[in-house]
Amino acid sequence: MNQHEYYSLTVNGEPHIVQDAWIGESLLYVLRERLGLPGSKGACEQGECGSCTVYIDNAAVCSCLVMAATAVGSHIATVEGLNVDGSLTDVQVAFITEGAVQCGFCTPGLVMAVHHLLDHNDSPNDQEIKEALSGNICRCTGYGRIFAAVETVISVRKGSAS
Amino acid sequence: MTITKTQRDILGASALRPDGVAKVQGDFSFSSDLHAENMLWGATLRSPHPYARIISIDVSEAWKIAGVECAITADDVPGQLTYGLISEDQPVFAKDFVRYMGEPVAAVAADHPETCRRALAAIRVEYEVLEPLTDPERAIDGSHADIHPDGNIIRRQRIVYGDPTATAPIVVEGTYDIGMQDQAFLGTESALAIPDHDGAGIEVFVATQWLHEDRKQMAKCLGLPEDKVRLVLGGVGGAFGAREDISLQVHTALLALRTNRPVKMQYGREESFFGHVHRHPAQIWMKHHATNDGRIVKIEARFVFDGGAYSSTSSAVLINGVTHTQGPYQCPNAIVDGYATRTNNPPCGAMRGFGVVQACFAHEGQMDKLAAATGIDEVEIRLRNIIHTGDTMITGQVLESVAPVERCIRETAAMPLPEEMNLHPHELDLPGGSGLTADRRHIVRGIGWGVSMKNLMYSEGFDDYSTARCTLKNGAVELKFATSEVGQGFVTLAPQIARSVLGVDSVTYDTIDTQIGSAGSTSASRQTWMSGGAVDGACRLVRERLFEHVGKVHGIESLRLGIDDTDIIDTIGDFRISVQEATADLTISETFEYHHRPTEDLDENGQGNCHVAFAFVAHRAVVDVDVELGLVKVVQIATAQDVGRVLNPMSVIGQIEGGIAQGLGLAVMEEIIVKDGKVRNPSFTDYLLPTALDAPQVVISMIEEPDPQAPMGAKGVGEAPCISVTPAIVAAIRNAIGKPIDRCPVRPQDICF
Repeated sequence: MNQHEYYSLTVNGEPHIVQDAWIGESLLYVLRERLGLPGSKGACEQGECGSCTVYIDNAAVCSCLVMAATAVGSHIATVEGLNVDGSLTDVQVAFITEGAVQCGFCTPGLVMAVHHLLDHNDSPNDQEIKEALSGNICRCTGYGRIFAAVETVISVRKGSAS
Repeated sequence: MTITKTQRDILGASALRPDGVAKVQGDFSFSSDLHAENMLWGATLRSPHPYARIISIDVSEAWKIAGVECAITADDVPGQLTYGLISEDQPVFAKDFVRYMGEPVAAVAADHPETCRRALAAIRVEYEVLEPLTDPERAIDGSHADIHPDGNIIRRQRIVYGDPTATAPIVVEGTYDIGMQDQAFLGTESALAIPDHDGAGIEVFVATQWLHEDRKQMAKCLGLPEDKVRLVLGGVGGAFGAREDISLQVHTALLALRTNRPVKMQYGREESFFGHVHRHPAQIWMKHHATNDGRIVKIEARFVFDGGAYSSTSSAVLINGVTHTQGPYQCPNAIVDGYATRTNNPPCGAMRGFGVVQACFAHEGQMDKLAAATGIDEVEIRLRNIIHTGDTMITGQVLESVAPVERCIRETAAMPLPEEMNLHPHELDLPGGSGLTADRRHIVRGIGWGVSMKNLMYSEGFDDYSTARCTLKNGAVELKFATSEVGQGFVTLAPQIARSVLGVDSVTYDTIDTQIGSAGSTSASRQTWMSGGAVDGACRLVRERLFEHVGKVHGIESLRLGIDDTDIIDTIGDFRISVQEATADLTISETFEYHHRPTEDLDENGQGNCHVAFAFVAHRAVVDVDVELGLVKVVQIATAQDVGRVLNPMSVIGQIEGGIAQGLGLAVMEEIIVKDGKVRNPSFTDYLLPTALDAPQVVISMIEEPDPQAPMGAKGVGEAPCISVTPAIVAAIRNAIGKPIDRCPVRPQDICF
């Protein structure tokens, strides 16, 4: 399979060389299998479930739908990049304390989706929350505790802002 | 940010998941995240035909591809050629016939998933395509030749109870169809197999519901003694019944043993639809005879569960179905006939609710028909018939479980209804949602009911025991069990139990693997009761020895000692010592095996004490229906569930809300479409799952009436939420549109035409 070529990806601010890779590999595959970043999960391989959500130049995308080689020159952010200082984000804490995590397979993608939502809208209403998360399928929770986590983050952020 | 705790995480507290921090960071290792040095990838070649004779298989071209290390077929299986949970009727690889679309025919191992794909494409299989048996009625009437040496009927079970000639003035009947549902866990099947250095054994990391059962089946097919097959639980991304059967376990291990290299297999989503069993599609006919005031006198019923090509757990699903014919209602007379058939449709087996989902859909449809025929309202007709502790069921078994059915119904009925739809609702709140298809004038609201009972644990004489070990050392506890954590939260509960029993705070658990006795399966709502009982038992044995030790050291009769918070106290004196201090330099370890009370097989008339215990639940659904386009928005589900005792409120709520979402899926969108034996929608694009926009408001009452049979008074809570919510939603749709609908999922054409 090896093509004896390389390209470079910028992930969480760090350059990574992808050596001798088959050019058809998805960004999800390269992150997980070549760069040692398995936090993004693959559950449908067709952009339906959101488990593989990453940001490319600040846009939330399904990394299973992106050919890795096309992401050269972009800034890629993954769930592993959320905790550079070793502490959890408010969204991560709320997911734990509100019971939004069960099997956890959808969780990294949802954490990325929630951060993305709140980065662009600090006071979303119920419909905006539901629409923003409707691209991330969770099979365990029925979404109730996930909504609770989002609402907790919104109210805590408002509390600290005032 | 950090997490602050304000209470001890004992029983009754909403203790947080010990794996939560890893899971929110993407650090938790799911089985698909595992890697080994020098690892190969495995992949499976599957049949494109529902039924065909295999004339030849030629793997030679696959071997020629650079990077391919192995290609195997049925001829390479060293041990038993077939496997199965109850009946070993399923081939590891098809040899003479393929009996369903997607049946494994060969497997390869190579250096890259893409090499695997090319290798599979290079394998030549010559088939003689045969006419598939796809109609379960033809399996029953014998008009199609046997498609398997074990015949076309997997099991038949009758129930005859009371006076079969009894009748009554009100008679209602219906035929109900339940579609084939997929568990659709997010973490697809995956395993990593690492051969021992001497090539004589293997270690397999796998996402499964039952490590020991997998090991038993694998060892037979691999031709190895069980102690040479060691299983470790790989992180599990959901299960819901789909990991009860073997999928890729034997294939992965075989490839690793053949190549003497680690091999990882992982199904993609499409392959996953073919790689595990589904919920049985069923057709159920029921005829209820009742008095003019709505009391059930007799139920006649006929069940057909289509088991597909191999038996899996079909025989147990059938028994669950027929024995739950009456639902949570009294029934003095019954004649029931049930079949689990073998066809060339996809194999079906365990899914959350396990046969009771189907039975409930029928009996709740009947209760609504009874309400209509007698003019009694849907709530009252149910209350008039409810079953109580001490009543005899149609199997002749006396219901011994605590049965707060009346409370379930009344507390559900007392919950506030959602606000009326306003004249200018947000479009996302309407049926059709972001499709923006809805016209407010075409939206009609409906309300419907569903009530159910569900057996807990395994039935029919099966001793599905669980084992746990508790080791107390220097004030800290380490637990060991083989209980599969699939997301349900046993790893949260087990430490809560140890903290409550032993007065410790520091509790860890060892690797979940086969290095201890079986825990049984994470299914049948059984692990809180069974593995919880095992952990509780092991901790109590340790506590007994701890009290003996402390009593001896301090000169107090050990029977006087008790735990108070984190101290050991003399319950009738002043002595007090912290558990931490009392256990300095002390190690106590005990193992406990928890067994539920024995059950019996059913006789030919379906009589016998076949079930261990039951849980009950009521659901009320409110839906908005777009009558022009046939689209449904589930607005609210109210539920009161019999949980025995709440051991972790947040976990119970999570199970209830999650189960309701799956029941909602079966009610209005989830169905594997099978035509002529071929699956038409094996993807998340075409198999629809509830999203955040489909999630209804859920209002919950947890009914706590501790069950004296249960080790901690707590009943399993996993399955009940997804059973009667489906008929409740369908009843609400019927209520909205005023037309009969006796199938689920409800499709637009069922509403519009």
